[in-house]
Amino acid sequence: MEIPYIVETRPDTGLHNGKLGIWLFLASEVMLFGALFSTYIILRVGAPEWPHGELSVLLGAINTVILISSSVTMVMAWASLKMNDWGTHRLYLVATFALAALFLVNKYFEYSEHLGKGEGPWHSTFFAIYFTLTGLHGLHIVGGMVVMAYLLGPGAKMWKKNPDQFANRIEATGLYWHFVDLVWIFLFPVLYLL
Amino acid sequence: MHSDPAEVKKSVRTYMMVGAALLVFTAITVIANQLHLAVPLAITVALIIAVTKGSMVAAVFMHLSAEKKWIYGALLLTVVFLIVLMFVPILTVNDGIGTPTRASAGAHAGH
Repeated sequence: MEIPYIVETRPDTGLHNGKLGIWLFLASEVMLFGALFSTYIILRVGAPEWPHGELSVLLGAINTVILISSSVTMVMAWASLKMNDWGTHRLYLVATFALAALFLVNKYFEYSEHLGKGEGPWHSTFFAIYFTLTGLHGLHIVGGMVVMAYLLGPGAKMWKKNPDQFANRIEATGLYWHFVDLVWIFLFPVLYLL
Repeated sequence: MHSDPAEVKKSVRTYMMVGAALLVFTAITVIANQLHLAVPLAITVALIIAVTKGSMVAAVFMHLSAEKKWIYGALLLTVVFLIVLMFVPILTVNDGIGTPTRASAGAHAGH
């Protein structure tokens, strides 16, 4: 039996399954990161003193620029698909994937520098919450890259069979990716600047 | 959210402008940090800019400015629970668990 409302919208909600599903998933993600931000507040308020200038603002700012740019390329990948421009869509999706990889390379250098100086999560409360928050965020970047790699590779075949369903998948991936960008928009000032 | 190709084409300019605005706000955040403001003011400025940037991403890139009411409903519920979650630290700071009461302190002194 075919699953209903994969492409067409439900008459009562006006949504297809994937759209409602990804938003409910993002709602759970808000609570996951919310719990960690809440933990950060407890640790920071309870600490007799909080370190400043431990992280490179330049590297953090560069990563912010990279993620914002990747959000633009991601939304353009979806828009190109809606305008039936397959070639441009592929270019934007590859660009998003490349920017995500660049973000991780930057993060690798940042982590290496701190771990090289013995500043791992065990070093202090600040570094414990820094590695927890950025590590979890980094895992989300990797997750997004896996989905993008699938949509660039074997998953791309769906465009010929069912273009509307493929566009829905790109839209859901985009929503997830913008959420990952949104989390970083808050992580950058909280960890690097304040 | 637009699905019509002509409408999507019109939105492309908006996406580019919002992307540029997000980069400008990032530069403002870094510049404000260089001014070495007092901590409460620095936190306020940084969080106002972050909330502005986050709202732009959610409204334009995630198309929340024109979504279905079921999505708004799910997000409203999430915001309510998030606010409760953010107030948990205040509850832990103000509770009396682990704080010795006058009676128990007296009992210890007696031993």
